[in-house]
Amino acid sequence: MRFFEYEAREIIKRAGIPVTDYGFTTDAAEAREIAQRIGGPTVIKSQVLTGGRMKAGGVKFADTPEEAEAHARDILALEINGHAPRGVLVDPRAEVEQEYYAGVVWDGTRKQPVMIFSPVGGIDIEQVAEEQPDKVGRRHFSNILPLSDFQAKEVVASTGVTGAALNRLVPIVKRLASLFVENDMILAEINPLGRLADGSFVALDAHMDIENEARGRHSRLLAELGVGEEETRQAREATPFELAGEQVDAMDHRGVAGNVTEFDGNLGLVIGAGGGSLTLFDAVRAHGGKPANYCEIGGNPSVAKACGLAKLVLQKPGVERIAVMMSIVSNTRVDIVARGVIKACLELGYDPAEKIAIFRIPGAWEEEGFKILERYGVDYADRSVSLNEAARRAVEKIEGAPV
Amino acid sequence: MSILIDADTTFIVQGITGREAVNLTRECLDYGVGAKVVGGVTPGRLGREVHGVPVFDTVAQAVAHNGAPIYGSVVTVPPAFTKDAVFEAIENGIELIVIVTERIPRRDVAEMVELATLRDARIIGPNCLGIIVPDVIKMGGIGGPAKNAAQAYTPGSIGVISRSGGMTTEMSSTLSAAGLGQSTAVSIGGDAIIGSTYAELMPLFEADEQTEGIVIYTEPGGRMEAELARWVTENRSRLPIVAFMAGRFMDEMPGMSFGHAGTIVEGKEDTASEKIARLAQAGITVAERIEDIPEMIRAKIVERAPA
Repeated sequence: MRFFEYEAREIIKRAGIPVTDYGFTTDAAEAREIAQRIGGPTVIKSQVLTGGRMKAGGVKFADTPEEAEAHARDILALEINGHAPRGVLVDPRAEVEQEYYAGVVWDGTRKQPVMIFSPVGGIDIEQVAEEQPDKVGRRHFSNILPLSDFQAKEVVASTGVTGAALNRLVPIVKRLASLFVENDMILAEINPLGRLADGSFVALDAHMDIENEARGRHSRLLAELGVGEEETRQAREATPFELAGEQVDAMDHRGVAGNVTEFDGNLGLVIGAGGGSLTLFDAVRAHGGKPANYCEIGGNPSVAKACGLAKLVLQKPGVERIAVMMSIVSNTRVDIVARGVIKACLELGYDPAEKIAIFRIPGAWEEEGFKILERYGVDYADRSVSLNEAARRAVEKIEGAPV
Repeated sequence: MSILIDADTTFIVQGITGREAVNLTRECLDYGVGAKVVGGVTPGRLGREVHGVPVFDTVAQAVAHNGAPIYGSVVTVPPAFTKDAVFEAIENGIELIVIVTERIPRRDVAEMVELATLRDARIIGPNCLGIIVPDVIKMGGIGGPAKNAAQAYTPGSIGVISRSGGMTTEMSSTLSAAGLGQSTAVSIGGDAIIGSTYAELMPLFEADEQTEGIVIYTEPGGRMEAELARWVTENRSRLPIVAFMAGRFMDEMPGMSFGHAGTIVEGKEDTASEKIARLAQAGITVAERIEDIPEMIRAKIVERAPA
């Protein structure tokens, strides 16, 4: 889950890395008060979780508190890439002599975190890496040995930085690496990291992303930052349909029947598990089908849960039929899913033979499952029919589909 | 032969008294020649039995009871306790650890993998179904109950490596139906950091005389395919490889998360199309449909065979 800049700066501050004397607010009048307190030229920055903020007019410079208030009012009303701002950050305009970059990410191949440092900051680090590769230092560090100053020193020195700047940067880079590990981050980045006229450094912007799976062990930090437990901050906000999918999955603790993503097609999908869903979604599209949703079933969910998910998909406006398809299952029972989807059709007053375009789930308890499907006249297939072929047959049954 | 495990492999199940673990133990005991499950560990349950397998409080007790080192462990404890369980296994001389548990933070995974490397142990997973040598042994839930596993997997010459547990079985079943058996199939897990990647398993298959070709299942996200492409090129691998890439649709929706934690597309290098290009450069054929895989791999094996 990504943090807003004002939250990321707070995390940095707590880690002992110098930040400017900024203020966060959701109110234009308060922005003026903050600017007054700062007492000089300020920068007003939109707090949104999307790129291209500067280009979109979400960052403005003010010389007076009045100007700060006016800018704050404009920015608070400005949507960027479909995201309404959470608030504005009022930041003193620092006299920066040079901008640097410091970041920490995971290297999945080496399976270790890596510190990245560059004396060329303020722009995308990927761009620097492409254009001036000798100006980007990388240093992996151990997951189990204690982090040490020399590792930060090596990454900074490798880019040609020496003198007083080197010695002042080492604790900053090391603290950034520590906070990355301690807070289960998947990205921790200060860009730009500014060097002021007196030689000191200050973080001027920061990006932080915490791993969702680890949120539970940072509930105190999240609470202190005011992050709600329900906030997921995905690339786009969850739709009511997707939220309803989460409710279905939360019905009981048996298996998974959820992870729903909404699309605008007419073929409802009741599919699973992870890899099978990806394969089937591709296959439906390859045959010219228009999926109404993505979802996942797995881990042997209850009949009620499978039924709940099928009902949700069946009731989605525009859905003509549903396709119930999975790769060969070993712990999810075929008969339970069959019961669930048939029950969903019946409870909504539909004929399962009509509404279920195809049922292709081979595996555990398939004889029992196929018997039930046969009784209701549902078109089903066993493992001799590939996922791709099942998807083709489902698409064919949708009206107006290409032949 | 096979890789990683064979008929003589001994292993324990950590978290053996959990509902899924009880089933998994049954499945492993029933499959093939019958796995040598020499013990289970659940703290506080010393003295119980699960399908005749003795339960201990600690791994050390299980090793002492066995009277000889134990080779493997299947770890099925909840995410918050997994790291400790794996550390315990490694420090008690276990060499092969299959982690079934899902949703483990990657910092924990990275710590486990690094300790394993220091101790010459190997981790498969997390978030995986384990390893199967058709008709011989399975270690983990792979293929499900013995009866179902026997239906999908047959002995033969193809090595299977898959980021999806379910798709390991789907692809193996497709190969079996076409008369192509498997030497060993490994479900490696779909997380961003895993114990053993494609490239890390390749040397084992390379050294296995029974294996003549490799089939992999892959997804967008991560750099594992690039690593495989590099390995194959640098080591002039003798083994032909056919890959199946699912989740091509995700290229159009960066930043969205579908399925496995590792599939989220974060940059242009980890999209499906970029990965397909990299694999193709290394001579790895990428199949559009699973049903095309058997003929593709068969043709590639014939092509490589000495005249």
